[in-house]
Amino acid sequence: MSDATLGRAPAAARAFRPATQETPWVRWTLIVIAVAGLGILVAAPLIVVFAEALGEGWAAVIESLGHRDARSAIRLTLTIAAIAVPLNAVFGIAAAWLITKFDFRGKAFLITLIDLPFSVSPVVAGLCIVLMFGANSFAGGWLVANGMPIVFAVPGIVLATLFVTFPFVARELIPVMIEQGRAEEEAALTLGASGWRVFRTVTLPNIRWALLYGVLLSNARAMGEFGAVAVVSGKIRGQTATMPITIEMLYNEYLSVAAFGMAALLTLLALVTLLLKAGLEIRHADQLAAFRRL
Amino acid sequence: MHIEIDEIAKIFGATTALQPVSLAIPSGALVALLGPSGSGKTTLLRILGGLEYPSSGRVLFDGQDATGLTVQERRAGFVFQSYALFRHMTVFDNVAYGLNARPRATRPPRAEVARRVTKLLDLIQLPDIGKRYPSQLSGGQRQRVALARALAIEPRMLLLDEPFGALDAKVRKELRQGLRHIHDETGLTTVFVTHDQEEAMELADLVVVMSMGRIEQIGKPSDIRARPATPFVREFITA
Repeated sequence: MSDATLGRAPAAARAFRPATQETPWVRWTLIVIAVAGLGILVAAPLIVVFAEALGEGWAAVIESLGHRDARSAIRLTLTIAAIAVPLNAVFGIAAAWLITKFDFRGKAFLITLIDLPFSVSPVVAGLCIVLMFGANSFAGGWLVANGMPIVFAVPGIVLATLFVTFPFVARELIPVMIEQGRAEEEAALTLGASGWRVFRTVTLPNIRWALLYGVLLSNARAMGEFGAVAVVSGKIRGQTATMPITIEMLYNEYLSVAAFGMAALLTLLALVTLLLKAGLEIRHADQLAAFRRL
Repeated sequence: MHIEIDEIAKIFGATTALQPVSLAIPSGALVALLGPSGSGKTTLLRILGGLEYPSSGRVLFDGQDATGLTVQERRAGFVFQSYALFRHMTVFDNVAYGLNARPRATRPPRAEVARRVTKLLDLIQLPDIGKRYPSQLSGGQRQRVALARALAIEPRMLLLDEPFGALDAKVRKELRQGLRHIHDETGLTTVFVTHDQEEAMELADLVVVMSMGRIEQIGKPSDIRARPATPFVREFITA
């Protein structure tokens, strides 16, 4: 009896593994699928973009980016992001605040409405703006007559970008604010703080990480948006052509160094935001951990 | 401060959280609102603190109608069930929050704020934790910090929602003594909500037994034990 137990013990020890851990075979298969997928779908295209851009050397890229139309496209894209992202942050905070801190009729409808830009094709969104503010519409006709055209001009591009990036901030904030509840705000109110003070000293510090992620995501999307902007901008070179639009035009004209040069620059801008986020996460790791523990 | 609750009712949509209830709380008393969940005790406490408005009825503080006073004007020291400490602030900043939130004219100078916070941390017998964050405290310590934060505004009354609910039995006993001590020291009219009849009976001067949005009985613990007014009370206090 005791012999039998002793004899079985080593076998049992070898077979033991935590209940949530898969066999090595399953683990390695999953790892290979994930790495191969990332490599083929994400890493390889990025490398190709940079390789194409630098195919004829740095000088050619720098020269093409220094072209008047290229500079105008870069300036326009940065301007659009600088207008759209702060506006979206304010809208997003207001919407998330309304949805999570108050109970009212039609709340589910409002959440659906905020999600709408995720499900509507950007091209359709662009067409809606053309229909509403184009020269043939009532509002558009008046605006054009008074020297404030929206379609085929910068305001239209801003509107299209706002539409497309609208959900990002609100979507990041809503789950965080629901999870945190209203207790801290209520506590601040009982301590005599005004509504604005509560927002500034309690709500905002508690949502700042989610807000940052939302802003970074909507910034990346604002700079990269193509479909909606293509419809409303009219693609006027040097005036309403953003970076993604310019890339397409250059590519269609077989100017591959210029096209890939600008594509590489747009990619770099996105990578910078990602690095910024990673850097902040590392620097404030202790704070993030403290948040999670409570 | 004497608190008078006069025919207060609260309706949330289709559900009646509170039937019209009336209750007089003498100045300086330590009162327990005792009842099972859904009995309306927390709703009544939140109405006292100004976090909910009653659907009908009045609240009087020292004979003055206080029904329309905002939560800030009530100056009620409120301790929340999960304490609701500001997680991104140190314990010191948590306790100082109410003083720093005062309008500039009545805000104490920085040194005075520090003096008062130190005094309160001494009162809760945690003098050395000012620099820590709430996530670094035990449950019992958090509860005491929440109490100190509520006391910092020099409240007119102290309202506590299940103050010992999330703690283990031993800490709970200690903190009961702590609350009794602070109540006796400050003389504040204190109302706390609990579903634990032993806690209510042991700690309170006056126990208000509630069920289904109604007050079943008001009395001293010994009276309620000796003469339960309704079958519900008899069953609840022997449970």
